[in-house]
Amino acid sequence: MNEHGWVAVASIVTAGLTMGVGAIGPALGEGRAIASAVMAIAQQPDESATITRVLFIGLAMVESIAIYCFVIAMILVFANPYWAARP
Amino acid sequence: MALTPDDVVLWRHGWLVVNQTIATTWGIMGLLTLGSWGLTRSFTRRESPSLWWQSLEIVVIAMRDQIREVGLRPAERFMPFLGTLFLFLASAALLTIVPGYVSPSSSLSTTTALALAVFLAVPLLGSQAGGFRRYLGHFVEPVPLLLPFHILSEVTRTVALAVRLFGNALSESMVVGIMLTIAPFFFPVLVSLLGLVIGFVQAYIFAMLATVYVAAAGRVTEGGP
Repeated sequence: MNEHGWVAVASIVTAGLTMGVGAIGPALGEGRAIASAVMAIAQQPDESATITRVLFIGLAMVESIAIYCFVIAMILVFANPYWAARP
Repeated sequence: MALTPDDVVLWRHGWLVVNQTIATTWGIMGLLTLGSWGLTRSFTRRESPSLWWQSLEIVVIAMRDQIREVGLRPAERFMPFLGTLFLFLASAALLTIVPGYVSPSSSLSTTTALALAVFLAVPLLGSQAGGFRRYLGHFVEPVPLLLPFHILSEVTRTVALAVRLFGNALSESMVVGIMLTIAPFFFPVLVSLLGLVIGFVQAYIFAMLATVYVAAAGRVTEGGP
């Protein structure tokens, strides 16, 4: 296998690892956030509008970590800078 | 496979290149401008407002209430920028039902431009909300030692704003593409429906985060040093 092949192997394996490992943390965090929000809405249904707004903003913050991982995985697979001349 | 609509060149003349992102962005801008101009032109003060009037009023009042709840008053002063962000992104997401349309927010150029607009609008609108001295004051709060971190956070949150929107739109189109190859005809429709919801939520989140940033920049500080 030549150099390009090794870059391809490393990129694809790393892209999978990035997505798989990087999704664990945000998934746990989002689960916790949603569970707390549901409990809060169950206890105070009148405040559901505020709770939902804060939940959405918080989810966006948490989710952006997973989005970064996704973007990096996409860069590794589709726009890899070390894989300039594709055979 | 075209990763972004930037790669689809529609028209080229010398150094001037019009790609799909530019074309759809201007299309949406024209649609919004002509649509609101044409609709509001027919509005007159009479007893029973028309259906379009009421529909637009629902949208405008909902946006005003959201801005007001975050703490920006008067909300009408911040509506032109923050409301336009939401309307542009929401119509960009909604137009996905048109075949052959690719949302301009799946291009990093569009999302970067919008994030830069928010980056510039935060000091401008923030100093309108609470005064320029107060805006500068929030950089050295609670201690002046944190000044570099405040400046760093201004930059990183702009990058985060751009990459979040881009990644969400990109992931939706990627999932649809993968679904088309392994299970065509039915599942891509479901994924597109999910993408419609995600697009709307992202439009809401983008506008909401911009609102929160502006509100934080113009926040009244109580009992500071």
